[in-house]
Amino acid sequence: MSTMRGSSLAYLIRRLAMFALTIWLGLTLMFLIPRMAPGDPIAAMVARISSQAGRVENSEQMIQAWRTRFGLDAPLYQQYGRYLWNSLHFDLGYSMAYFPMKVEDLVRAGMPWTLALLSIATVLSFLVGSTLGALMGWPASPRALRLVLPAALCFTSIPPFMLGILLIYVFAFGLRWFPFAGAYAHEFPPGRNLDFVFSAVHHGILPATAIVVTTMGFWALGMRAMMVTTSGEDYMILAQAKGLRPRRLFWMYGVRNAILPQVTSLALSIGGIAGGSVLVEYIFTYPGMGYLLYQGIVNNDYALIQGMTSILIIGVATAVLIVDLAYPLLDPRIRRGDL
Amino acid sequence: MSVPSWINAKLVAGSTVILFVVMLGLLGPWIWDTTQARVASCPLNLPPYGFSPPNLTFQPAQLAHPLGTESSGRDMLAVLITGTPNSLLVGTIAAGIGIVIGTLLGLTAGFMGGWVGTLIRVMSDAIITIPSLVVLIVISSYVREISLTSMGLLLALFAWPGTTRTVYAQTLSLRERGYVQMARLSGASTLSIMVFELLPNLMPYLAACFTASVSGNILAATGLEALGLGPSRIPTLGMAISNAVRGAAILRGMWWWWGLPIAMLILIFSGLFLITIGLDEVANPRLRRSEGNAR
Repeated sequence: MSTMRGSSLAYLIRRLAMFALTIWLGLTLMFLIPRMAPGDPIAAMVARISSQAGRVENSEQMIQAWRTRFGLDAPLYQQYGRYLWNSLHFDLGYSMAYFPMKVEDLVRAGMPWTLALLSIATVLSFLVGSTLGALMGWPASPRALRLVLPAALCFTSIPPFMLGILLIYVFAFGLRWFPFAGAYAHEFPPGRNLDFVFSAVHHGILPATAIVVTTMGFWALGMRAMMVTTSGEDYMILAQAKGLRPRRLFWMYGVRNAILPQVTSLALSIGGIAGGSVLVEYIFTYPGMGYLLYQGIVNNDYALIQGMTSILIIGVATAVLIVDLAYPLLDPRIRRGDL
Repeated sequence: MSVPSWINAKLVAGSTVILFVVMLGLLGPWIWDTTQARVASCPLNLPPYGFSPPNLTFQPAQLAHPLGTESSGRDMLAVLITGTPNSLLVGTIAAGIGIVIGTLLGLTAGFMGGWVGTLIRVMSDAIITIPSLVVLIVISSYVREISLTSMGLLLALFAWPGTTRTVYAQTLSLRERGYVQMARLSGASTLSIMVFELLPNLMPYLAACFTASVSGNILAATGLEALGLGPSRIPTLGMAISNAVRGAAILRGMWWWWGLPIAMLILIFSGLFLITIGLDEVANPRLRRSEGNAR
């Protein structure tokens, strides 16, 4: 009993340490690399802000705030310390493009859309893809099914935003079934009513499809390989010999075991999916964090870029942590500390 | 002459596709006038030859521009011929560096173990989960003007952990094999065991890692370019897509403007994907069984 609790605790501590390390590494890379580039991009950035500051009220104060924020005259380790401190306290400063809004408010506005789109799309893609893959790798599945499924894999080599462009062209421009852009119709502002919900779903279908269809094949491929391995295991032959129903064999003996590495790769690929969704939001003008990030790039709004990406890095690390912490529920060996 | 048994259909098909794409980049400039990839070198907005214009505001197609032209007066065939090799090059630079670093670290971690091994493993696990595209967006938005090579170097920052993981896992299993033990007993140094005993056995895995990585890095580069963060003076496929999206090509019905660079990229991705799964089958004969034992 005590060892069991000990191993769970060790697992928890390892995961939390990984969580902290990932965030630290991400933030550090974003700080260090631009400063290693020739010609001091940070100074150039402040110059760029100053040059376009004529348009903005209180620009002098903002530039001064930026100077102190980066502490351009302070030694590098002090700049770094301040940067980490600000990022971890979500002290993201004012947006240049959306002045006088704070970056924090923009994050708050964009986050629900990104969170909803990404979580629904990722879960759908994982479930559908893994089920398809399991059927592909299962010796007893109908032959016709096996022939249809590889077709689903064709989309694996298409990046989500490119499929997004195609979907807009066919279903929004050509057939006019779905809207081109945005997350809801303007006549139905966000609120607790059905009109808004329908409108949001209507707008969300194309971007979600772009993500689901292109990432599904990855899960199918991994699951198929695991299923092939699992279906050859001795316990499978024993279960078959016991006369268990095929359905039970498939789900409880096959899928139950083959799904474990899939969950691991889910944790590993959340970052990639989040990165890809930045481009999907850009293509669909979907008002989530990715689209705001693009607005930041277009407007040279470095507070917005920096803030949005810090939050995305912390958000992805949190999602990975959640998957990692849910993993022992699926794999009792980790709870018992067998591994 | 007999075909070696490890060559499979996927490998051949994928290699053929990639060879075709590479030849287009190499031979294209000899048969097609690539100066037409410059702004304002051609009539605007022509659809590809044989296709009718999306509406009456467009001029009819011309044989002189078989794949059409876009709104800044670039010939699409010339754009493809000049852009494709650059996109391939960025991916290859990043993947090449990633493979070398990844292999070195993976072998070291797997063979040495200890705190060095743990450090390498933990770092690569952490970097894999970081949303690399997001970090790359920040970095390149600060740096702005970037060359093709520095873009490759930048991408390589995130290109090694996948290889490190694969090589590490393989090294762990390989180093207990008889022939490695044998070499160790006969007094071979760690370095020579790594190079002469382990590396050759890792080759199919490394090749699969490499093609997958080229594909992933072309995708990342295209993503950055589509956001307008790529090299602004060097034509790439991502830049063509970026121009098309900014020029509202989708809503103007100019499918060839975004469709052709995307089709070319999909061709590249599919070719590399086929090679990767073909190589996976070479490395891992268990995968081949799934077709064999289909009842």
